[in-house]
Amino acid sequence: MMALLIRDLRLAVRAGGGFGLGLAFFLIVTVLVPFAVGPQSDLLARIAPGVLWLGALLSCLLSLDRLLALDWEDGSLDLLATAPLPLEAVISIKALAHWITTGLPLVLAAPLLGVLLNLPLDGYRWLVVSLLLGTPALSVIGTFGAALTVGLKRGGLLLSLLVMPLYVPTLIFGAEAARRGAMGMGVETPLLMLAGISAGVIALMPFASAAVLRINLR
Amino acid sequence: MSIWEYANPRKFLQSSERVMPVLWLSSGVLISVGLIWGFFFTPDDYRQGSTVKIIFLHVPAALMAINAWFMMLVASLIWVVRRHHVSALAAKAAAPVGIVMTLIALATGAIWGQPMWGTWWAWDPRLTSFLVLFLFYLGYIALWEAIDNPDTAADLTAILCLVGTVFAVLSRYAVNFWNQGLHQGASLSLDEKENVADAFSNPLYVCMAGFALFFLALVFYRTGTEIRARRIKALLARQRQEA
Repeated sequence: MMALLIRDLRLAVRAGGGFGLGLAFFLIVTVLVPFAVGPQSDLLARIAPGVLWLGALLSCLLSLDRLLALDWEDGSLDLLATAPLPLEAVISIKALAHWITTGLPLVLAAPLLGVLLNLPLDGYRWLVVSLLLGTPALSVIGTFGAALTVGLKRGGLLLSLLVMPLYVPTLIFGAEAARRGAMGMGVETPLLMLAGISAGVIALMPFASAAVLRINLR
Repeated sequence: MSIWEYANPRKFLQSSERVMPVLWLSSGVLISVGLIWGFFFTPDDYRQGSTVKIIFLHVPAALMAINAWFMMLVASLIWVVRRHHVSALAAKAAAPVGIVMTLIALATGAIWGQPMWGTWWAWDPRLTSFLVLFLFYLGYIALWEAIDNPDTAADLTAILCLVGTVFAVLSRYAVNFWNQGLHQGASLSLDEKENVADAFSNPLYVCMAGFALFFLALVFYRTGTEIRARRIKALLARQRQEA
């Protein structure tokens, strides 16, 4: 399992696997928002948590179609499926590698971009905490979408269409926690709900993803 | 005599063809009776005026939009467990009907909301979860269309339906938390205090029964079409092999 994780991380960093791409996309989205809604700092401060959450979600979405596609094309996915490691574990490791290469950098970059959007001082802590709790769920749910569409030639757009409704609960609770944090309100309830979703999804989703992948590899 | 006999496509086609004229006729009669009764023979509401009568389209459509997804869930489960092709095709056939019902519910709601709430759309929990349901239908139909191999498509969409159900329910409660409602409570429930008045509920029941039968007729009809399309494909493939 460690070997697979290290292999995936190496591939992501060295082989131009779009490691920095998600981060750059996050930057662009956040920079474009003030151009679209105007530079008033109070308005930006109010929408900053939501914009940052949405930007993180979109960058996550953008990197999903490369998650399994390369392994599918060169056949290493077939090898992994016949390996002694259960496919559920393989898919969990894939999601973990995706989170480390996409989710974690987003979490670290979010406070920097918060400065651009004039995020209130109280908000930084809860923004980072909510993203830290929420992005694993985004990666795991996204892996399910990637496994569903892996065999398709033009799967990218379909992948977004399938995954976006699945992201709704995570986005609601994550953005709500960040918003309440920025406004100095209690964040406990949405944060606990978000953590619950993440935990549930991490525990159960690999089974669905592996089932879907087995069907596609048939 | 067991229900699984209808898993045989020939048996299914025979029986559904016998039932369908009855379904078409009774649903047509029920919907026309319900709508005419509801539109012309119920009093105007003292606050909403005659706009209240859109309820006779709105509520049955919303009911069938949810029940269609539920039917797809059951059919998908049957496909996953027992591998009956008719079941997978019935789920496929129900999806476009369900999405149209969702659209009817959203559209009639918007038309009613404009004069009553002063807005076509509000991010109310019920409205939002219906929009999310619409997106789920869209993804489900798109996935069916995108995959060439029919068995793979049936398997993948079945699992999407199962996973989607969980997330649709999650979203339903998440949006409750996220925004307070503008929408009124349940029109018909066992708790009678919040129900609509009796004058409206009787034609409403008729309309709901009509819509349910109409949905059944459409699903039988579309499933029959899917079975025949599958047969034609198989015949063509065999012909090509022989040639």
